[in-house]
Amino acid sequence: MAKAYSPGLQISQRVLHSSRRILPIPGDVLVQEGDRVTADQIVAQTFMPGDVTPINIANQISVAPSEVPHCMLIAAGDEVHVGDILARSNGIFGFFKSETRAKTAGTIESISHVTGQVILRGAPMPIQVCAYQAGRVKEVIPQQGVVIESEVAFLQGILGIGGEAFGTITFACQNKQEPLTAELLDESMRGKIVIGGARMTGKAVMRGIEIGVAAMISGGIDDEDLKEILGYDLGVAVTGSEHIGTTLIITEGFGDIAMADRTFNLLKEQEGAKAAVNGTTQIRAGVLRPEIVIPLDDRSSAGKETRQAVSAGILESGVPVRIIRDPYFGLLGQVGEMPTELRTLESGSLSRVLEVILDSGENVIVPRANVELIEG
Amino acid sequence: MNSTTAKQLDPDQINVILATDCGSTTTKAILIEKINGEYRQTFRGEAPTTVEEPAADVTVGVVNAVTEVGELAGRKLIDDNGEIIRPAQGDTGCDIYISTSSAGGGLQMMVAGVVREMSAASAKRAALGAGAIVMDMICSNDKRLPHEQIQRIRELRPDMILLAGGTDGGTLKHVVELAELIAPAKPQPRFGGSYKMPIIYAGNQEAAKLVEEAFDDDVKLMTVANVRPVLEMENLAPARDAIHDLFLEHVMAHAPGYNKLISWADAPIMPTPGAVGNILQTIAEQQNINALGVDIGGATTDVFSVFDGTFNRTVSANLGMSYSISNVCASATLPMILRWVHLDMDPRELRNHIKNKMIRPTTIPQTREALVFEQAVAREALRLAYIQHKEFATTLKGVQQQRTVGDTFSQNSSGASIVDNMKLNLLVASGGVLSHAPSMNQTAGMMIDAFEPEGMTVLAKDSIFMMPHLGVLAQVHPRAALEVFERDCLIYLGTCIAPRGLYRAGKSCFRYHIRSHSLKESGEMLCGEMKLFPLDEDEQATVTVEPGRGYDFGAGSGKRKEFQARGGKVGLILDARGRPLVVPTSEKDHLTELNSWIEELQLYPEPALTEV
Repeated sequence: MAKAYSPGLQISQRVLHSSRRILPIPGDVLVQEGDRVTADQIVAQTFMPGDVTPINIANQISVAPSEVPHCMLIAAGDEVHVGDILARSNGIFGFFKSETRAKTAGTIESISHVTGQVILRGAPMPIQVCAYQAGRVKEVIPQQGVVIESEVAFLQGILGIGGEAFGTITFACQNKQEPLTAELLDESMRGKIVIGGARMTGKAVMRGIEIGVAAMISGGIDDEDLKEILGYDLGVAVTGSEHIGTTLIITEGFGDIAMADRTFNLLKEQEGAKAAVNGTTQIRAGVLRPEIVIPLDDRSSAGKETRQAVSAGILESGVPVRIIRDPYFGLLGQVGEMPTELRTLESGSLSRVLEVILDSGENVIVPRANVELIEG
Repeated sequence: MNSTTAKQLDPDQINVILATDCGSTTTKAILIEKINGEYRQTFRGEAPTTVEEPAADVTVGVVNAVTEVGELAGRKLIDDNGEIIRPAQGDTGCDIYISTSSAGGGLQMMVAGVVREMSAASAKRAALGAGAIVMDMICSNDKRLPHEQIQRIRELRPDMILLAGGTDGGTLKHVVELAELIAPAKPQPRFGGSYKMPIIYAGNQEAAKLVEEAFDDDVKLMTVANVRPVLEMENLAPARDAIHDLFLEHVMAHAPGYNKLISWADAPIMPTPGAVGNILQTIAEQQNINALGVDIGGATTDVFSVFDGTFNRTVSANLGMSYSISNVCASATLPMILRWVHLDMDPRELRNHIKNKMIRPTTIPQTREALVFEQAVAREALRLAYIQHKEFATTLKGVQQQRTVGDTFSQNSSGASIVDNMKLNLLVASGGVLSHAPSMNQTAGMMIDAFEPEGMTVLAKDSIFMMPHLGVLAQVHPRAALEVFERDCLIYLGTCIAPRGLYRAGKSCFRYHIRSHSLKESGEMLCGEMKLFPLDEDEQATVTVEPGRGYDFGAGSGKRKEFQARGGKVGLILDARGRPLVVPTSEKDHLTELNSWIEELQLYPEPALTEV
């Protein structure tokens, strides 16, 4: 078999990229088709039903649940303020009445004659979705959101921590082999997207959080450092909701590993440009990789060809790959021969393999499962 | 056909069966053919699952996998319109097509019940038995305040909710209270923001009307028979069937291409683990044995057991060999994993290796060191999953037991685990790291170390991970499913014989006498020793064991016992390491013993390399 399917990370100099910005529940879309939007512009919003407070009225005023509806002073659907009397018991011959007051504000949603429970619903909570990617509104999905499209430089990382962030691209490291250390960060990087080279150290991340950098991107990170930063051991690679004070993206993997040439050089070309990054990673069904989206302005577009984003995932001779497992972990090269027959690995397993011609010129044989395409 | 019921088929007219399993990452296809009157699994193919862009249609992956099978079999299975050809004629088409699915992350549920140990536990058993991952269990006594429970319901995005509570004619208030918590939380389903959250009510039937009143039109409520109609009895089947129906109608129908797949299939599509459970139940029933099966995947480890006819299944949602490998290491701790590693490894590098496997889950070990380490992790993942299974597979809780004078010194109570390693007859291994281990001895070694079987236990493995396919097939053609299971699916590894009793360094554990066609062995096993005797698949051996004081093979401490051991690809394994299995505390002693086990079981012999 001279070809095989193998997904990889996308690194594109210029691509027509679109982002779907969808509300979690139906709401209002605030822009129209064709509008130009900035990354931080709100494009859709809605209101989530407010928080719910169950109140056991029957217990509080010492009546049977079935009596609760008759004891209520406020009907379902009515608004309640803190301190309002919600219910009052009939007492004995009109004496010894007990009552209960609202501790939180909201609207009475239901009154149960079975459990004696009242459900108080708080004020609706607004949910807003921003454009994330600067560009033009390509499509409006009524009540749900929009699709925004623009020409961008687009890069995928392998793992991220934290959600969406915006800022100007600035470099802390001068080459892809240089580790991102605390000494390389300074106050001028506040609110920016800082690019490193090889491994980002734990101290560098702490310093970045202290300064207030928007995001930090580098080749690798040490597991021990990540554990310290998060305060727990990352069990599964489903991330994006962490609040550590910045967004982190590693492009290659864990350990001392330099950023791929192509990634570093592309980011270098865009130094000073505004970018949006998202650390959200989900390595399960429906793989989601962290991404760096750099909208290209008209000036930088001149004379360059734009392509549709494609993810062919076809592994064949000549395509660039990254080896993603020891003993050659992190090495880059291109596919050489792809023998059909199974080979016995050093581990004793039988596997379909391929030859990788490393950038150093050396040829190595690795299982096909242990390479990843560098897709452009 | 677009239906949730099986098509009426004449089993005798079925000669070619095509089955697929749409996994999270890979779609597997197998072909089963009637050869000389017997059903045999003949060809197998696989292709990436295609629920994501750019294909976003699960049937694309199915067609790719089926095409590969067709090419290998020399049989045209897909027509020019890209559909499966039926019925079979000559070397074209198949007679029936069936499928299982865990694509899209499988079925994810939330369960709610009044009392954690009773109705909620029964609801959880029903959900797990149906092949679901249980994301959370809400109950009146789960120590969370009502607003915390509501917040949790709002955060989760399950595919459906199963609500139980109260025996029939029992509590009304508590079960309605639960409904009143779920309703205002307005739970959002995972897929398709436009469809209504399915809620199955399987509690006190007298409360059904009141529960209905608690919910509004935002949910799709379905009422089925109570999962625990009386304290002493569970009735899980109606809830399980309802889960399957809703899974098909609501969850899978919203995944891209599934409507087409449903219309192709000749039997209802089942969640993959539900199908595996079915086949294990069938084999335990047919052979009248106690059986335990494990399927270790990338994200989850499923354990299935049938003890005295009672089936239990657990899903350890974050114990797996790729997506969840880091969680295994966090849960088990690195020192516990390294107790199975005889090679020198740098802990810092290992930690980074684990994380790299987590973020690139499809890679395979190329070096011997990497394999040894992955198999060590597998032992711990299996061990932890088994602990969870034993804790879950209990007798019904809350049932009063009559005690007599004879029970005075017995501490047995309701809720005791029904999983007993001494009663276990068959242990079946399935899943990548077990099914695809380079040697059968490694599979046997991992299973023994993780499950610690006692007495006599037959070990087997699922040859190419076809148990899910056979689970669905058992619904439409039980004979074909059983024949293939026995002949092509199960590979017998051999038998493990081990006593219950603690390790005591340097002491004698038991004496043994083995008699078979090819074996005439006897000797003494010291504590900590393992011995492997070759015993062919078609051979049986009579093994007599005489344990020392404190060791028990099922007849009582120190009492002689005779076994009829079955042979297999590995052979007969005598294990005198003690149960529960503890490794020596001194690092030097431990390494010496570990090396002796590895050498005796021939776990990691130097491989004959072919140009790698």
